[in-house]
Amino acid sequence: MIPAPFDYHRPGTLQEAIGLLTRYGAEAKVLAGGMSLLPAMKLRLASFGHLVDIGRIPGLEYIKEEGGVVRIGAGTRQCVLEASEIVNSRFGALADALPLIADPLVRNRGTLGGNLANGDPANDQPAIAIALGAELVAHGPQGERTIAANRFYEALFTTALAPDEILTEVRIPVPSPRSGSAYRKLKRKTGDFAAAGVAVQLTLGAGGKVERAGIALTSAGPTPLEATEAMRFLREKTLDEKTIAEASRLAAEASSPSSDRRGSVEYKREMARVLTGRALRAALDRTKGN
Amino acid sequence: MAKHKINLTVNGAAHEVEVESRLLLVHLIREELRLTGTHIGCDTSHCGVCTVLLDGQPVKSCTLLAVQADGRKLSTVEGLEQGGKLHAIQEGFTEKHALQCGYCTPGMLMTCSALLEKNARPSEQEIRQAISGNLCRCTGYLNIVKAVQHAAEKLHG
Repeated sequence: MIPAPFDYHRPGTLQEAIGLLTRYGAEAKVLAGGMSLLPAMKLRLASFGHLVDIGRIPGLEYIKEEGGVVRIGAGTRQCVLEASEIVNSRFGALADALPLIADPLVRNRGTLGGNLANGDPANDQPAIAIALGAELVAHGPQGERTIAANRFYEALFTTALAPDEILTEVRIPVPSPRSGSAYRKLKRKTGDFAAAGVAVQLTLGAGGKVERAGIALTSAGPTPLEATEAMRFLREKTLDEKTIAEASRLAAEASSPSSDRRGSVEYKREMARVLTGRALRAALDRTKGN
Repeated sequence: MAKHKINLTVNGAAHEVEVESRLLLVHLIREELRLTGTHIGCDTSHCGVCTVLLDGQPVKSCTLLAVQADGRKLSTVEGLEQGGKLHAIQEGFTEKHALQCGYCTPGMLMTCSALLEKNARPSEQEIRQAISGNLCRCTGYLNIVKAVQHAAEKLHG
């Protein structure tokens, strides 16, 4: 299978890339790792007149912690995240998810920015970014702006990015003490998308009650879903089997998965409920290590 | 549509080729460079039979544009044997009968050789994880794991 014809551009700087996007508008598409874009173009599910390859622009692949924030360059490949001490020690949810994203060969090319900006509700990292309270940094002709991850996803494959903007950085707040996060994913085999996936981030107060709960679902509707009712319910509660069961019920109730070969609507919603409980328990367990 | 002049090193030999933007790396390798050891299977980045090493890292060449390999070093299965002597991983596959139909073998060999470069003594679990993006429908993977262990033993004693 061969993509429809297009012109390939390899800008050397971010400014040059934005210039190309401005010039070609909706005809242009950013190529990062290409692990979602190229299969879609080969299957002729998508076609673009111009691909703007940002893969060689220096300074888009980094992971650094400063001033209570971990900043990750959007071009950081999944294999680099997987090996990162900062990622593994700070963000249990990301550490859980990374070995479950696609397969090792795809993770050698695929990037965090691509996973987030593609707007596919079956991708794992959007829900994680939302649960962790991440901010996404976009660069466009007018300069830089930040968008909260939970306001980034507008519709199926549609994000807050303008056609001439490029996602350049992900900023994740370093969790305060007594925090823990986890991701639980159900998939049929290596390389498969999630039938259901749940990201949870918990911060407990000194008395052990929930100060902040972030919960977001993968494959639960046209966009990654922030389970706001479940999050609100957990505030100031003590996590026990009863409150975990109620939060899981609320999260599953908010989901609107579609029926496909990975399961029926009822099955996926039930799995979202079960996985929410498991992710909450795992995250709670990790609050004790911090 | 403009063509692009690209330079790349394949199994140590420098090449300069002109490619169309949409030419896939696997097609460059098989059809232009005539290195047909690299196979095409699912063509949707699932099966891994098209695996080659890009600057030493295993990648699926059906899901890369040839133009993306500009300036890079590629290794294909043809480059494993050196001076008429099989690479340890090839010897392992022979010794441990790690193939039947052989279709997945070139990709499998590339992934396994890259693993051994990175990890001299991989555990069974690490081997299984490393090859989880390469499908084999004949062996059940048992003998592939044994072949990697054989090669690790041979390379690193």
